[in-house]
Amino acid sequence: MEHITLLLGIVIVTALVFDFTNGFHDTANAMATTISTGALKPKTAVAMSAVLNLVGAFLSVEVAKTISGGIIDEEGIRTEVIFAALVGAILWNLLTWLLGLPSSSSHALFGGLIGAAVMSAGWSSVNGSTVVTKVLIPAVAAPVVAGLAAMLATRLTYRISRQAGEKATSKGYRAGQITSAGLVSLAHGTNDAQKTMGIITLALVTGGVLAPGSNPPLWVIVSAGIAIALGTYLGGWRIIRTMGRGLTDLAPPQGFAAQTSAATVILASSHLGFSLSTTQSCSGAVMGSGLGRKGGVVRWSTATRMFVAWGLTLPAAGLVGAGAELLTKQGTWGIVLTGALLIAGSGLIWVLSRRQPVTVDNVNDDPAGIVTAAIAAVTPPPTGAVAATAAATGDLKTTIPGPDAEPARPATV
Amino acid sequence: MKIDWAALGSVFGVSLIATVALVGLFTLGIVGLSKRESATAQGGSAALAVTGAYACFAACAAAVAYGIYLIII
Repeated sequence: MEHITLLLGIVIVTALVFDFTNGFHDTANAMATTISTGALKPKTAVAMSAVLNLVGAFLSVEVAKTISGGIIDEEGIRTEVIFAALVGAILWNLLTWLLGLPSSSSHALFGGLIGAAVMSAGWSSVNGSTVVTKVLIPAVAAPVVAGLAAMLATRLTYRISRQAGEKATSKGYRAGQITSAGLVSLAHGTNDAQKTMGIITLALVTGGVLAPGSNPPLWVIVSAGIAIALGTYLGGWRIIRTMGRGLTDLAPPQGFAAQTSAATVILASSHLGFSLSTTQSCSGAVMGSGLGRKGGVVRWSTATRMFVAWGLTLPAAGLVGAGAELLTKQGTWGIVLTGALLIAGSGLIWVLSRRQPVTVDNVNDDPAGIVTAAIAAVTPPPTGAVAATAAATGDLKTTIPGPDAEPARPATV
Repeated sequence: MKIDWAALGSVFGVSLIATVALVGLFTLGIVGLSKRESATAQGGSAALAVTGAYACFAACAAAVAYGIYLIII
């Protein structure tokens, strides 16, 4: 019994940590365009998003009954498997955050679950066709749908607003962006906080604390909501910078069109029975709005890295999840070791991120070479060498190398 | 493997139409309000444009309310 309670406690904490990473990983979805176009100050934007995420967590009572939506066989799933899956998902979320790449938190969780389930019960526990219909096809469809809608909307809004005065348009676009961003935040809180509630509830049921089919206790709802809101408030500045500045240069009309497209796609997809990933919809919408403006450019090198990250999400989180499950299978020491490795890995990523921190102060800097700079920050040699590589491999715009260890942050843009 | 093409298609269509319609309406509202600014600057009034603008914003607000309703249910 003691073993079960220890494990359960670890799983609950890990689930809340995942919820937290989910929060700061996905702040960009709602707020990147609002921040980069200056509609809201960065701190205000994340605070608003955090509050709406918290509200969203309490709004809907329909908590996810399954955590994987049928991708893996959850019949008789063991608590260790959930733990191993969460480890995979958290580490992938942190790594993509370090590189400043927006990627889907749900896909990371699915990947972790698949890896852990395969290691635990073999390939038969994974429902291959559900993987295709729930992960692969949406991953392709989401950016296309959102991008196309955003592109057309951007063209339209530029055409209509040509005759309008400067003052009225800037005020109007600002209000429009904030509203759309608010909707995305609210939807995110409802969907993703509930995923965590579902995980904790499932763990409590498998651990024999709750009767099968019961609703999550109040403390689960409250803690999941608070974890996601805190994560959101922390602000994943690295990802916000990539999404708001790195993919394209956003003007207020584009930001408005992109955010409206993202909000519409998210709401339409989840209510017409073909769920699309929030992250992928938002990234696609930002790119679409970049293409929709006359003379607008999409930085395809940054976009390509993002696509690669999307493709890697499932297998990478799956590998980590499988490795973690291999360890947790060994018994209590394996579980403790996995927990220690998770903490060590997260700590390492955090330390690496301090080399070139992205904070509320520089989130709007540097439109070019963001991901390059992030990767350069992670690979060893500092100072001049980095400046050279960053400039050499730098994206479309050549950056003026700074005097010292600030390679891709030009003085004036 | 059963891929629900109909659902995907309707997501595609609804998203496209709703986004373009909402952004278009909102922009029309902005243009309407800006007409008022230029009209008052010239000492006239633009009652029709302003009424139209508020109608556009009201439609957008209704869409947002529907969005919140979809999130809650």
